[in-house]
Amino acid sequence: MIQCKTSKEISGMGHSMKRKEDDRFIHGKGNYVDDVKLPGTLYMDIVRSPYAYAKIKNIDSSEALKIPGVLAVITGKDLEQYNLHWMPTLMSDTQMVLPVDTVMYQAQEVAAVIATEKYIARDAREAVRVEYEVMKPVVDPFKALDADAPVLRTDKPDKKDNHIWHWEVGQKEETEKIFQEAEVTVKEQMHIPRIHVASIETCGCVASYDKIDNHLTMYMTTQAPHAIRTVFALVAGHVGLTEEKIRVISPDIGGGFGGKVPVYPGYVIAIAASFLIGKPVKWIEDRSENLQADSFARDYHITAELAGTKDGKILATRMKVLADHGYTDASANPSKFPTGMFSIGTGSYDYPNAFMEADAVYTNKPPGGVAYRCSFRVTEAVHAIERITDRFALEIGKDPAALRFQNFIKKDQFPYHSPTGWEYDSGDYEAGLKLAMKGIDYDNLRIEQAEKRKKGELMGIGLSTFTEIVGAGPSKDFDILGIKMFDSAEIRVHPTGKAIARFGTKSQGQGHETTYAQIIAEELGIPAKDIQIEEGDTDTAPYGLGTYASRSTPTAGAAAVMAARKLRDKAKKIAAYLLEVSEDDLEWEPGKFSVKGAPEKSKTIQEIVFASYTNHPQGMEAGFEATHYYDPPNLTFPSGAYICVVDIDSDTFEIKVRRFVAIDDAGHIINPMIAQGQVHGGLTQGIAPAMYEELIYDDDGNILNGTLMDYLVPTAVESPSWETGHTVTPSPHHPIGAKGIGESPTVGAPPAIANAIVDALKPYGITHLDIPITPYKIFKALKDKGVLDKNIVES
Amino acid sequence: MIPSSFDYTAPSSLDEALKLLHDLGDDAKILAGGHSLIPMMKLRFAEPEHLIDLNNVPGLSYLKIEGGTLKIGAMTREVETEESADIAVHFPIFADVAKLIADPQVRNFGTLGGNLAHGDAANDQPAVMLALDAVVEIAGLDGRRTVGIDDFFYGFYSTAVQEGEILTEISIPIPSGRSGNAYHKVERKVGDYATGGVAVHLEMDEQGICTKAGIGLTNVNPTPLRAVRSEAALVGTSLDDAAIALAAQYASEDCNPSTDLRGDIDYKRHIIRAVTKRMINKSKERAFKN
Repeated sequence: MIQCKTSKEISGMGHSMKRKEDDRFIHGKGNYVDDVKLPGTLYMDIVRSPYAYAKIKNIDSSEALKIPGVLAVITGKDLEQYNLHWMPTLMSDTQMVLPVDTVMYQAQEVAAVIATEKYIARDAREAVRVEYEVMKPVVDPFKALDADAPVLRTDKPDKKDNHIWHWEVGQKEETEKIFQEAEVTVKEQMHIPRIHVASIETCGCVASYDKIDNHLTMYMTTQAPHAIRTVFALVAGHVGLTEEKIRVISPDIGGGFGGKVPVYPGYVIAIAASFLIGKPVKWIEDRSENLQADSFARDYHITAELAGTKDGKILATRMKVLADHGYTDASANPSKFPTGMFSIGTGSYDYPNAFMEADAVYTNKPPGGVAYRCSFRVTEAVHAIERITDRFALEIGKDPAALRFQNFIKKDQFPYHSPTGWEYDSGDYEAGLKLAMKGIDYDNLRIEQAEKRKKGELMGIGLSTFTEIVGAGPSKDFDILGIKMFDSAEIRVHPTGKAIARFGTKSQGQGHETTYAQIIAEELGIPAKDIQIEEGDTDTAPYGLGTYASRSTPTAGAAAVMAARKLRDKAKKIAAYLLEVSEDDLEWEPGKFSVKGAPEKSKTIQEIVFASYTNHPQGMEAGFEATHYYDPPNLTFPSGAYICVVDIDSDTFEIKVRRFVAIDDAGHIINPMIAQGQVHGGLTQGIAPAMYEELIYDDDGNILNGTLMDYLVPTAVESPSWETGHTVTPSPHHPIGAKGIGESPTVGAPPAIANAIVDALKPYGITHLDIPITPYKIFKALKDKGVLDKNIVES
Repeated sequence: MIPSSFDYTAPSSLDEALKLLHDLGDDAKILAGGHSLIPMMKLRFAEPEHLIDLNNVPGLSYLKIEGGTLKIGAMTREVETEESADIAVHFPIFADVAKLIADPQVRNFGTLGGNLAHGDAANDQPAVMLALDAVVEIAGLDGRRTVGIDDFFYGFYSTAVQEGEILTEISIPIPSGRSGNAYHKVERKVGDYATGGVAVHLEMDEQGICTKAGIGLTNVNPTPLRAVRSEAALVGTSLDDAAIALAAQYASEDCNPSTDLRGDIDYKRHIIRAVTKRMINKSKERAFKN
């Protein structure tokens, strides 16, 4: 049980307080971008390329412009006049806003139609005639570096191939030597599929430019409003839109998952249109556009290798990545980390040596990749290490749980220095796995499995004991476009003891309005219900880098603690003044200071706050406000132990996840109910790529599943009944010992499921299957092994 | 949804609807539940100039038993067949199939008539109607005619319902003796079209000998497919394992699936064999439970 320091009335940390924001969502009173209705709004629709790679010969807008209500058709050539046809990506690559001569992927923006109604805009979109000269695209990333592959980025004069960057970390020579001499080595080629965040709300904006004041108000679906405002100022400063003239408002957001970090061309075109016409311009993507054109996630091809001893000691891992970025590197990583935190790939295990390298290439696909509910490429790394660990267990005939216990980083090794350069803050991996095994009754499951195998039934048990790396990040290493990855909180307590607090982050469903209030309640003793939380308006909130990569609690949450502690220090001074004692004679309990030994002499926080406005000590600043910009000293390292049991139908190969036990360690938990909800949602987004989701392209670069008919987002029906629990290993450097929870389940679940399915198929010699693992994929694998007509079909 | 612009009429009688349909000709489409048509309009694959909405036409929505026949009005919603206790006595297959059609929102509005008249081999009800030997009633300005289900499906999105006509009723003979039926499809996730689906209806005499078998297949042929050889392999047998295996094998051989994201031809044949076997066994079990 979680111990609470505060009463239910105060509802500080550890209380499962109901979410404050849910009242308005449940009543349909949320205010999303599409709910923003400004007088005189115009509507934008986007003409998109049917081809993956083509020259634009001509764009004929004449028929579209004849439709009553159509005001403009904007092309790349129009934007070129203002030098707005290209923009920088967060990775300092460049991306077209609208193409002048070449389209680089199917569904790329080609032109924008502005009309008085969205229906007219859509009709006009259909009426724009574009003449293309189709070219043979580069689709397969493995062929992108072939000598005869066309060089895609001809806009870059020095570019002679499709290679973007090379990255490496670790001990190359030592690792090489270990692999040459090791008793056992295993190797698998794996693909972490190209997937999409598919948030319920698509992307969109209302760009409202006021010509008189030369001021832009931009309502948009963004997870990082402050950083985005800076990007806009960098892109459009030369046409007079400097940063103080731009206000970005991120209202309620219907899911982000990393997909609302990038600046999409649609936003910029809407701004340009509003700037030129002088009226608000609304752009809301439809579902297909969202799936087909917005940034993808993952798409890493990984060769994972492990060297160890026959009795199970792991010695080294080697990973080689080919990253398919589409036509531009539009990842949302910290600047110095082109592969994000992929170097966490030694996971929870005590590897003496490791070597990892990655090469990124351009292809004719949409740009990306965003960190989909994942702290920058951690999901890819965790999948590789958890799969190759199981592959090693299979090779030497050892139980995968026993192998993990043998190789875990031990509790007393923290802070632990990994061979790829990280300092893990804290962890207790053995405790997590033991709890998960007890919860699922591991030993009996293995007995049941042995019996079922005798009967030809397919049952598998899969483990994943992962380490996450979140909370980016310390300013010495972490920045985006040069802006350090701190985050901020500002607390203002009103004379009557109620408060408003603003943050540089932006909730997209995480429940910040509740959890941030609980953090402040914990520190100040003001009831969480009395603390209003605001985010997302760059005119009012302090600057911050936004919400993604499980960074809000580690950074802005910590900022809230530090700001609250500044206020508590001030409160103590005021209490001492009011009670006419020395500060040293006071003791704090949540909500009040009292005199040591004379508890009847006390002042509540509300009384103290009132005094700060009405009766403050001479020489002290009046008021009760504090701001803090928190620069984390290190990242936080949440972990988890997941075990999953699958049953596979031996006729149809349909996969049923019978049980899934998830033990998470996110340090101290702020709101157990919200944390559990995060885990449920994250696990469901974990089965998604494990069993269902992948963006599929044919050889011509056509997307084959660009609608939710065929891009298979799992629902409640597909989700098993999740069994969750936790261990608590606080982060030693975080002021409340919290680590972040939002992404662990999405990161940790896919390998548990993949390991379970491969385990079920072990009797048939299958050592690896790429996710998503579908019944059809199992059929093909068994057919390839020649076992289909023997044991399991005609039984 | 943002379709092309269209005119909309909601007539209040069948005659009025038929007259409108006659007058407007090719440019008009009938709107029943709309759960196939509207997605197509949204994607602009269908751009009808006129929609004739049948939802205000009285007398097209009913489930009734008359003279040994189950009669289903064309505008009956899928959910009504799912929940009808009367139907469940002889036709538990309707609860099987309805639960597998898309999602509750679709079933609450989608109609049986629309499901058939759309002429899509990926829809689930056509296979059920084949298994149950349904007869379809079609109305035109000249009156009404009936078409046996085997003569109903012409091709992709094409059925016996001709220009100017409206499907009005589906009739299904109620078995007098021991019978059982069942439907299942393999789908990639809930709400998906079938990778392969199988509807089975069996009738037996007192000795348990199969006297009649109906087997329909979903989404493994350009049109909904009757598994003729499979049916013949069961009639006259005691529905023993060998007969069932043979029927399943015939179904897998006689279907004509195509490769798509759901799987290749081999996989779909494999699925059809597995599901056919299961649905025959399930129908048999149900027959002996009654």
